[in-house]
Amino acid sequence: MVSSLISGLLGVWVVGVSTIDVFEFENEAERRRYNALIAEFRCPKCLNTNLSGSDAPVARDLRRTVYRLVDEGLADDQVRRYLQDRYGDFVLYDPPVRTDTWALWFGPPLLLLLGIWVLGRIGTRTKKISLSNEERARLEAIRKQ
Amino acid sequence: MKRPVFFMPFVGFVALVAILYAGFHLNDPTHLPSALVGKPFPSFQLRELTSGKVLGQRTLLGKVRLVNVWATWCPTCLHEHEVLMDIGEATGLSIVGINYRDNDEKARRWLNVYGDPYDFTIVDTNGDLGVELGVYGAPETFIVDADGIIRFRHVGDVNDRNWNRELLPIVDALIDG
Repeated sequence: MVSSLISGLLGVWVVGVSTIDVFEFENEAERRRYNALIAEFRCPKCLNTNLSGSDAPVARDLRRTVYRLVDEGLADDQVRRYLQDRYGDFVLYDPPVRTDTWALWFGPPLLLLLGIWVLGRIGTRTKKISLSNEERARLEAIRKQ
Repeated sequence: MKRPVFFMPFVGFVALVAILYAGFHLNDPTHLPSALVGKPFPSFQLRELTSGKVLGQRTLLGKVRLVNVWATWCPTCLHEHEVLMDIGEATGLSIVGINYRDNDEKARRWLNVYGDPYDFTIVDTNGDLGVELGVYGAPETFIVDADGIIRFRHVGDVNDRNWNRELLPIVDALIDG
């Protein structure tokens, strides 16, 4: 009973794995590079899934392409460039730092600094309330009532 | 105006409204800008669908052409097919097909049934040429000039509207220029 359950589960597991592309790597380092790369690129068809997580035909083609490039001995940066040349910045989750992406990269830290500055100003303003002698005297009078 | 800080929330609000307003007017996020415009058509060595002859990228040289990526599994392509037939008839423009991730038999039957608007059809069964072109679905259409340089890429179906508005003016300019 238990063993049939286990083999049943194993069967399911084997079926699940068999849908993953089967590539042979020359060594473990290449396999690791391949896996890291396909996790890094965004699938062009599915907007928010990486290549390794997508079952779209184009994602399969791109995994095969990444495998081929890794197998041909291209460095990670060359593989990135290859896909970027064909699919644009979209496939990279980290957009390159350029003048048109400047706001994207530096906007949030700038806003944070601005926020800190505003908070600082508000803080010092409230501390710095100063009363004239006349006002002080009135305040004292009110307190004594 | 002693306290500019006092106006910060208002300024922030205006900025946010401006950003959101612009955001709503951005293009459809599924339309990716093409990285290939201005670059030569990628090299390939692929079979022609009906003749079986192996063709390379040099077969595209010499004329302004529409290169249309299509497949029988793509419902939009059927819709587009009629438009391509009309364009071919009306303008005499050279249209080249790329049969993308498809089955030869089905593709030939499709062209027999619905007509063949293509000068020739390049067979890209495993999608390798598609990757070289940055294709992520079908249909897609490229305008390639006589020197084999990609001048425009259109994602989605070509219809009367976008043909007259976007693609035809580019084709005309290339032919006249």
